[in-house]
Amino acid sequence: MADKKGDIKELLVKGFFTLNGIAVVLVLVGIFTLLVITAVPAFKEISMKEFLFSPDWNPTGYDGEKYGIVSLLVSTALVTVGALVIAVPIGIGAAAYLSDIAGERVREIAKPIVEILAGIPSVVLGFLGIVLIGPVIAKLFGLPNGLNALNGSVLLAIMALPTIISISEDALNSVPMSFQQASLALGATKWQTIALVKIPAALSGILASCMLGMGRAIGETMTVLMATGCAAAMPHGLLDSVRTMTATIAIELGEVAYGSTHYYALFAVGLVLFLITFIVNMLSDMVLRKYQNVER
Amino acid sequence: MLRICMGVILVTLAVLLYDIFSKGLPAVNWEFLTQAPRKGMTEGGIFPAIVGTFLVTLMTAILAVPMGMACAIYLNEYASDNWITRLVRMSIRNLSGVPSIVYGLFGVVLFVQFMHLGTCILSAGLTLGLMTLPWTITASEEALKTVPDSYRQGSLALGATKWQTIRTNVLPYAVPGMLTGTILGLARAAGETAPILFTGAAFFLPFLPRSAFDQFMALPYHLYIMATQHHAIAKVRPIAYGTALVLIALVFFMNLTAIILRYHLRKIRKE
Amino acid sequence: MTNEKKIISRGFNFYYGKAMAIKNVSMDIYANTVTGIIGPSGCGKSTFLRSINRMNDVIPGTRAEGEITLDGKNVYDNDVDVVDVRRKVGMVFQRSNPFPKSIIDNVAYGLRINGIKDRTLIDERVEKSLQGAALWDEVKDRLHKSAFQLSGGQQQRLCIARALAVQPEVLLMDEPASALDPTATLKIEELIQELKREYTIVIVTHNMQQAARVSDYTAFFMMGELVECDITSKVFTNPAKKITEEYITGRFG
Repeated sequence: MADKKGDIKELLVKGFFTLNGIAVVLVLVGIFTLLVITAVPAFKEISMKEFLFSPDWNPTGYDGEKYGIVSLLVSTALVTVGALVIAVPIGIGAAAYLSDIAGERVREIAKPIVEILAGIPSVVLGFLGIVLIGPVIAKLFGLPNGLNALNGSVLLAIMALPTIISISEDALNSVPMSFQQASLALGATKWQTIALVKIPAALSGILASCMLGMGRAIGETMTVLMATGCAAAMPHGLLDSVRTMTATIAIELGEVAYGSTHYYALFAVGLVLFLITFIVNMLSDMVLRKYQNVER
Repeated sequence: MLRICMGVILVTLAVLLYDIFSKGLPAVNWEFLTQAPRKGMTEGGIFPAIVGTFLVTLMTAILAVPMGMACAIYLNEYASDNWITRLVRMSIRNLSGVPSIVYGLFGVVLFVQFMHLGTCILSAGLTLGLMTLPWTITASEEALKTVPDSYRQGSLALGATKWQTIRTNVLPYAVPGMLTGTILGLARAAGETAPILFTGAAFFLPFLPRSAFDQFMALPYHLYIMATQHHAIAKVRPIAYGTALVLIALVFFMNLTAIILRYHLRKIRKE
Repeated sequence: MTNEKKIISRGFNFYYGKAMAIKNVSMDIYANTVTGIIGPSGCGKSTFLRSINRMNDVIPGTRAEGEITLDGKNVYDNDVDVVDVRRKVGMVFQRSNPFPKSIIDNVAYGLRINGIKDRTLIDERVEKSLQGAALWDEVKDRLHKSAFQLSGGQQQRLCIARALAVQPEVLLMDEPASALDPTATLKIEELIQELKREYTIVIVTHNMQQAARVSDYTAFFMMGELVECDITSKVFTNPAKKITEEYITGRFG
């Protein structure tokens, strides 16, 4: 295919689109590289051991700066686990309902509703955590205020639900009809069929949906920033105020001097956050692809 | 039993929306929508925040929409299954899972500091644009996949070049679907706060931004301020509720546009 | 019937990845004749057809060896523009694939991508093509209606008209009537007889009676190889190979 004007144009067009594809890779590599470059200077001042294993995060402390990520990690883990405990059963239940029990009309209505839930901006949910859910929690547990890990968990559960529902429902829908018919023909009830045949058959897809939901919960900033009280201390339970990795960055980055140890330390936290979500997403992706391959 | 799960979700959503609407509506009036905040943001409206969100979303769209569509066209129409394609797809999947605050960090280093753009609409829009990119790519690719292969083959067999085929016999049928997904992505970007915290959003500005290099007020950031940072939080609660309502209405409006577009698309397809 | 060789295949091999789909095919296709290609499913007959206008290029991981010449020029040569090949060699697919446009826009599509903008010329060419595809009388009052409103048989004739509009020299047909009812099939077959006056036609068919009815030459493919190719009446009454006879008499396939 040579020496024609049209061919040059075709090549240019193809080149243009290819460049756009490659740009996406560069963005990912760029984010990672910049995070690493900006995080590394932090370790001139902070020992890796302190950063990874010390429970104290207090960059503006009276008796010296402390940069231990452990309490932030535990906080993030606590609200995330809390969110999953709430969202996973409800999400799988709702997905099973949509895929097996709901009629066509209910589904037509329910699906946009789940989409609306997904569309609520996180800052609005955080606000509702302060004005609506917080007071309820305070009253229920007799606390002075309801800004704690539990509040964050409830909000994160609401945020993770749409992801869990939609991917789980896809997984449930892709279980072959013959499985269910075989089970029903053996005299199993509909409920038994769902619990013992369909959900196990769709397990990897459901697992992937929960992991993606988890990835979202770990990385969410505004809701936990607003609704968890943000005390930078090691939490002891769901009713303690916590400060997650995301909230720490959001609170402190606005106040630090550019180029200070504190500044670099926040990027180190960001890097840890990036790596954790990267791994969670990679794993869920692998699980998801495995089940899609088995299907084919 | 399963019905209860769905019920819990519906009730939760209803309670959340009822709270916002019942307490937000009294605060929203013409003045609220068209005036700037006054008296230390205890009175007045949220007009600058509406304008700021509009401008920054526009900036987001300028980056994310053309690039997202182009990347989707590369993946679905040009790319053969090689390592570059696999790398691109892996990047997209992972980028869509990167936390929004990490995009914020990235924006601070790259746009605000390294490129010396400072905190401004451009920096914030670029940051949000990068965040939106994986969503627009995925949505656009889905739309391209719904165009039957027979359209492509039929066109190629008539002696059309690849680009002619894409331009005249693939894109016209994919663009509405691409737009649907893109609008959904932009709606999400419009409601995001974390990426703009340090890249351009301002606590309070007496003026509207005059160029892309100015700081801006934004609805989500304004709500955050009103809800947590204001010196008289109890007093400004109604303003916070009003802001939340306007923000949610904006995002829903964008989602609704996308859903209606999709609905019409399906109807046309069925005919 | 002339003796002018329009398409000549010599030692042609075709691979999907490592799998060899066409093995060493050498055959001649004469100008202004209908050549039918028959054979059991998966014998490579469609692959060979699509090799003539290089439509297989679209599938990733494919490779061609040997040559297929069109008017003496190998279409696989490096200096050949595949787009030019496809303009000379029109194609009609197994399932009719009208574009979601109006009838007139479907037929005019090939003209427009060739840069023809003159309305009168387009209208003229559309009418001629639709007449050529024996569809004009049925659609002349609704040229601006959607092509999807046509019946299956009409849609397939529309696709033929669409191919004719770019004035090809060869027309490839990949089981053009397999999705149609007997009446619509008959119309297509009659049309093929008309078209061969102006075009060289190669038709893949699963239906042996159809091959016997419409084609002047018949090629029998089997497992990617050309078993034999000769005048249709000879292939059907006195085949050179025993396996051809077995296939034609319905012992397998």
